Amino acid sequence: MTRTEPLVRIENATKVYESRGWRNARPAPVVNGVSLDIARREIVGLVGESGSGKSTLGRMVLRLETLTGGRLWFDGQEITNASRNEMRPLRKAMQVVFQDPYAALSPRMRVGDFVAEPLCVHSGRNRSEREERVAELFSTVGLDPALMRRFPHEFSGGQRQRICIARAIASDPSFIVADEPITALDVSIQAQIVNLFKELQQRMGLTYLFIAHDLSMVRYLCDRVAVMLRGRIVEIGPAASVFGNPLHPYTQALLSAAPVPDPDVERRRTRLIYDPERYPAGEALEERAPGHFLLV
Amino acid sequence: MRVSSKFGSIAGIIGVSLIVLLIAVALFGPLLGLASPTANNLMARLAPPSFNTTKGLHLFGTDQLGRDVLSRTIHGARVTLTIGATAVLLGGAIGIVIGLVAGYYGRWVDAVLMRIVDVQLSIPLSLLALLVVGTIGPSLQNLIFVLALTSWVQYARVVRGQVLVVREREYIQSAHAIGLGDVRIIFQHILPNVLSAALVIATIELARVIILEAALSFLGLGVQPPSPSWGRMLAEGRSYMSSAPWIAIFPGAAIFITALSVNLTGDWLRDLLDPKVT
Repeated sequence: MTRTEPLVRIENATKVYESRGWRNARPAPVVNGVSLDIARREIVGLVGESGSGKSTLGRMVLRLETLTGGRLWFDGQEITNASRNEMRPLRKAMQVVFQDPYAALSPRMRVGDFVAEPLCVHSGRNRSEREERVAELFSTVGLDPALMRRFPHEFSGGQRQRICIARAIASDPSFIVADEPITALDVSIQAQIVNLFKELQQRMGLTYLFIAHDLSMVRYLCDRVAVMLRGRIVEIGPAASVFGNPLHPYTQALLSAAPVPDPDVERRRTRLIYDPERYPAGEALEERAPGHFLLV
Repeated sequence: MRVSSKFGSIAGIIGVSLIVLLIAVALFGPLLGLASPTANNLMARLAPPSFNTTKGLHLFGTDQLGRDVLSRTIHGARVTLTIGATAVLLGGAIGIVIGLVAGYYGRWVDAVLMRIVDVQLSIPLSLLALLVVGTIGPSLQNLIFVLALTSWVQYARVVRGQVLVVREREYIQSAHAIGLGDVRIIFQHILPNVLSAALVIATIELARVIILEAALSFLGLGVQPPSPSWGRMLAEGRSYMSSAPWIAIFPGAAIFITALSVNLTGDWLRDLLDPKVT
């Protein structure tokens, strides 16, 4: 295994949902020929509007969704068509944190058991060892281990998200897909959770695919940013480069929509509107600056 | 919230105590030394309920053959509760598993199982019962089998609907993400979250099954005479309703109390299983 080999490699991934019924509308691809390499210890941000296919791409990387086309590698191993049994040992190394912490916890399961579940699947620890590990995980994510025996409804949104994160890191993974993990939280809590992600990344050497709406959080957290529009990556590059010098009109519109915390600047700013009709759909990614690609 | 949960617990206590009482009566009632439930006494037929002992003590009166209604009601509890509970458990187990499988796997599995449900629902109940009992003969086991056969579809449909909702929740996705097997996902994550709906169905079904058993016994396909079941007693007492109402009233009241207590217990149990209320 060479150092330069990416942890996750997506090549030309496509997802088409078959339309059902006799009317048979022409199925549109949700994810359309996306290629993306994610290096070890890298944090890649994935931004884009609702329905742009970013969550679907995240689920495809984890093989929670089958690929209609393209290929997929994880840790040097091709998993494009891996069966459930073939995936099982790999699931230890890849985890997910979802958007809605209220739907992500099973309401009839004690949160400690929920966090311990990956340990039941992936390691041969006995009950007391598992409990010890869960207590340790609770402390890691900033929760009191005494709360292990509670049910989910007793926790706030931020606490629930910490529980989900504890579960995600329980099996000591190398890769986590965070599917809008802060979107459903209060602004004050968002920063805490993002900092927790950052801290865990540094401590455990994690790799993230961080899907988000909030551009300032992505800028703060991510090494690289990919902008998705209608199933395609239209721009990808180092966070500083994409945010400092957005090339695609959609990226420019996206950035202009985010408010600036200075009233004078904010008032003088003009919002850009991206009209897809005015621009060509784009053929291939082209390098415009070092590591900064644009779909033209 | 406080008031309703307090009320819930009171109703629950009433329900549970009634059920315990009914089971106790079914188990130990026959030891009270009453007249045999099948002993005819034509001299004392159609005696009204009384403490008078000239014709023997008949607190609930006697029926058209002079059998003691109290004794028959107590013995009937055994028959009826056994049939009801077994049929509900059997039908529930079959229906819940089929609902879980249909809802979880979807696609053709779902289509096939739900068409079987439709077929089951389209066959008239009495016809099915006639057919089954006529073919394999009337007996306690066959009666339970027929009742379970009529009851599993209700569970299957409701549970399937719930599974369709729960299956899309993120905690199920996350169970897939850690590589849990189907069996564990179904029974550890989905089942607990659909069980309360099945429990509500079970309480309704128990009452329905008891009534249905009465109907089948009335047609001569259920419990065979002279063995007493509440449904049978109700059916027999029907023709004496104006002259000797006690023959039907006491088993009728027994059915009513059983159904009520089961429903109260069901409500209480559902709250008990909901972590948000306790």
